[in-house]
Amino acid sequence: MLNSDAIWIIFTGFLVASSCGLLGSFLVLRRMAMVGDAISHAVLPGIVIGYLVTGSREPWVMVPAAGLLGILTSSIIEVLHQKAGVQSDASIGVTFTFLFAIGVILISMFAGQVDLDQECVLYGEIAYLPLNPLVLANGWSLGPKMVWILMPLLLLISLGIYLFYTPLSLTAFDPAFALSIGIKVGFWHQVLMGAVSFTTVASFDSVGAILVVAFLVVIPSTAWLLSQRLPLMLGLCLLLAFIISVTGYLAASWLNVSISGAMACSSGVLFVLAFLFSPLEGRVWLAFKKKSQQIGSI
Amino acid sequence: MNIAEIIGTNNFMVLFGSVLLTASTAVIGSFSYVRRQALIGDAIAHALLPGICLAFMWTGSKSPWVLVPGAILTGWLSVLCQETIVKYSKIKEDAALGIVLSVFFAFGIVLLTYIQQHGYASQSGLDKFLFGNAASLLLPDLLSFGLLALAVLLLVLAFYKEFLTYSFDPNFAETVGMSSTWLRLLLNGLTVVAVVIGIQAVGVVLMAAVLITPAAAARSWTHRLPTMILLAAAFSGSSAIAGVSISMLASGLPTGPLIVVVLSLIAVVSFLFAPQKGLISRNRRQQFHQRKINRENLLKLLYHHRSLGLKAIYERRPMEEQSIKKGLAELQQAQWVRQENKAYQLTEPGEKAARRIIKLHRLWEYYLSHKVHIAPDHVHEDAEMMEHILTPEMEALLEKELGFPEKDPHQSEIPYH
Amino acid sequence: MIIQVEKPVLEVHDLTVSYHQKPVLWGVDFSLPGGVMAGIMGPNGSGKSTLLKSIMGLLSLSGGRISVFSKNLDEVRKKVSYVPQKESVDWDFPATVKDVVMMGRYGHLGLLRRPGKIDQEIVEEALEQVNMQDLRNRQLGQLSGGQQQRVFLARALAQQADLYLMDEPFVGVDAATEQILVELLNGLKQKGKTLIVVHHNLQTAPDYFDWLVLLNQRLVASAPFEQAFTAALLQETYGGRLNMLSTLAQHMKKEQFAAREHR
Repeated sequence: MLNSDAIWIIFTGFLVASSCGLLGSFLVLRRMAMVGDAISHAVLPGIVIGYLVTGSREPWVMVPAAGLLGILTSSIIEVLHQKAGVQSDASIGVTFTFLFAIGVILISMFAGQVDLDQECVLYGEIAYLPLNPLVLANGWSLGPKMVWILMPLLLLISLGIYLFYTPLSLTAFDPAFALSIGIKVGFWHQVLMGAVSFTTVASFDSVGAILVVAFLVVIPSTAWLLSQRLPLMLGLCLLLAFIISVTGYLAASWLNVSISGAMACSSGVLFVLAFLFSPLEGRVWLAFKKKSQQIGSI
Repeated sequence: MNIAEIIGTNNFMVLFGSVLLTASTAVIGSFSYVRRQALIGDAIAHALLPGICLAFMWTGSKSPWVLVPGAILTGWLSVLCQETIVKYSKIKEDAALGIVLSVFFAFGIVLLTYIQQHGYASQSGLDKFLFGNAASLLLPDLLSFGLLALAVLLLVLAFYKEFLTYSFDPNFAETVGMSSTWLRLLLNGLTVVAVVIGIQAVGVVLMAAVLITPAAAARSWTHRLPTMILLAAAFSGSSAIAGVSISMLASGLPTGPLIVVVLSLIAVVSFLFAPQKGLISRNRRQQFHQRKINRENLLKLLYHHRSLGLKAIYERRPMEEQSIKKGLAELQQAQWVRQENKAYQLTEPGEKAARRIIKLHRLWEYYLSHKVHIAPDHVHEDAEMMEHILTPEMEALLEKELGFPEKDPHQSEIPYH
Repeated sequence: MIIQVEKPVLEVHDLTVSYHQKPVLWGVDFSLPGGVMAGIMGPNGSGKSTLLKSIMGLLSLSGGRISVFSKNLDEVRKKVSYVPQKESVDWDFPATVKDVVMMGRYGHLGLLRRPGKIDQEIVEEALEQVNMQDLRNRQLGQLSGGQQQRVFLARALAQQADLYLMDEPFVGVDAATEQILVELLNGLKQKGKTLIVVHHNLQTAPDYFDWLVLLNQRLVASAPFEQAFTAALLQETYGGRLNMLSTLAQHMKKEQFAAREHR
């Protein structure tokens, strides 16, 4: 029942989910989850402008164009919060809606030329992925083009986290201490924002903004509920990514519904399970332990 | 002839409708802002989708009277989920919002595709609800959402003082006998309704803007909640008018995004130009002070040297020649400085002004060394700055507190006249 | 009562610090001798934490300068250890006790090098000193307030610094743990290290410190403990703010004045 298209879709889902999960871990630990949401929406004008300028919808155009806009987004949020004294949450809300609105207006102004709409950004459909394969000159198909962007991206992110584990973890846990031993906290913040932007864009071209948010936030949160150490949490993100992409795909093809949506739902189900049954602090588990202790004490 | 006749009944209705929808949302948004829950609206907006789908699947109807209750139910449920996650786990507010937002919406998408695949009649356009478009609002929609908006406004009016107290400090509200649980539920419920209303005008993604941008913009102009609410509503209303009008003139451009862009521009202008908090206003005030400091330093210089040529002034003040020239010109205009044979001298009033600055300098040095106990050889630098900052009121206070001392810590006389 | 010392470990010159143009520390000028345990005391909002953060270069100064071991801080960072307030971090962070203590070695390791055998030994030793070796694999979220503070202290020990700056290390700690911590700090002092501790309990202060810095927006005293711990100086420190300074600070914030001229 798993034909080659299915394998490619699951594999792409896994690539996106693990890249987002790894980076999202640092976002969630820094309490910046909603910045990920903002970036995933605010890159729309970048995509439109990139398309209008180059006339191409190839990933190599879209990813850098939108990536730049992602960095711009996080900078505007910073400026509004630091310089203009707007609450941090509000500055996120003001920024991404403004940029998204500009994107939508651009799309309708050039409606004849742009094959994009806001629904496609929101929903994105991983199912169409195999329709855009990378074909070599001799006719061999190497699978969906996006895979050839997402795979190096995942490797790069993993390598980056491995090499720079110290500053990334330290600036997330205790920025004041990090500064005191001479780590450039501001610099690492920008690096993380840049990485999130590129990943978001590369991902949502294939899966849609909402799935990106689900992967950025739900996967790390679930992993956090299940682990006591950051390296384990990062590893769990990879495992969760695998489970989510497989179960999501299977559920979607069984019910004949959106694959992206099913994958995000599957992550939601895993979160609820972890919330209730995590051996560390799941609510049901805690209640059960309490009860058995009471019984034991009688 | 009234406005409705000029622009056409339909357009007038759309205009009126969008103003009502966005303004009432902004009123609730002001409370979200002061409760520091600016992004809750974003989560709620996304959580409406499954409610709409479920309501449709259950009844097969697309009437707002069916869909809205469904939407309100899941919207409210999403707030509950968010609060539960934060309360019962180590997951923080931001991540809880992201979880609720994405999972509810994804569930909605799954339901939507399920509906499409399973041959429900007349399912098309179900998600139109989410990509609201003020320009296509029809009379029945306007009536129902307008009624909702009025209900929201009336409730805010009725519970204004409770909402204000609760938003500022929930614990205090409890101590004065308000039930913070009920107020929270009510305020959350109103936020959900406001989102349902606002989404008609701008759609799910931009919903956060209608809720929070007017409040954030209004906040830069005022410190008081009532003024902030009125301003937010006014900003929203005028953005709606501008957005709808532009959309009508340049047909084809979508109304919702236009409203949001206008709203954002109002916010940007507020962040830059609001008199107290605006960035540019703050910068201009700093420049204004810098010019005053510059002038006062020149006054001091001329006071000590009686008469100086331009060159001599350049040598003695470590500043750009341009700003020295400007300062001198300003002083001449105030008739504090006059020019004789290419040399600058103080006039009678100029000398008086210079003496005041020197007095402030020496008084402050006296204050620092006698009251703040800073060593006399460390007080000069601070006094160099504070002599320009002390206001006449503080000057009087200082003289009184110190009892008009005669000499500063370096034994220089303090000139009082 | 401000006593300057010869060959100071820490020199603070005419330090003025503002938050959003509002001065919170005013012309603070003192020096500290080596090998002492110095307390920084003053009422709430008197600028104690601000002083520590300024010394560590975490805030930009409006005026003045600071030198540590007669050098710029950047040259001697490895010899200085900073212990932030316990509340400043999220103790739900996915890390174990040992992970946090190992962070004390990061400053010595640089960006890319992994902790080696020596680092492991140093961390073990630090854990033993605070009596946390049995809890080394415990998750942070499961620690009591006193244990959290011991973890922070162990991390500082692992830095093997010569100067320790500690922001309220005894807050949220039970009396027994406080005693253990104080003994540890005394042990460090015996080895010739210098400790600067923000503290707010006037009762215990005489037992802990041999030098006292009294602060309330401005420096009230910096002297050997007995000379500074007098009724008059304490009254001056805790007897309320200087009205004039507060009014002026408020005015400067409102009008966006800088505390020093731009050059």
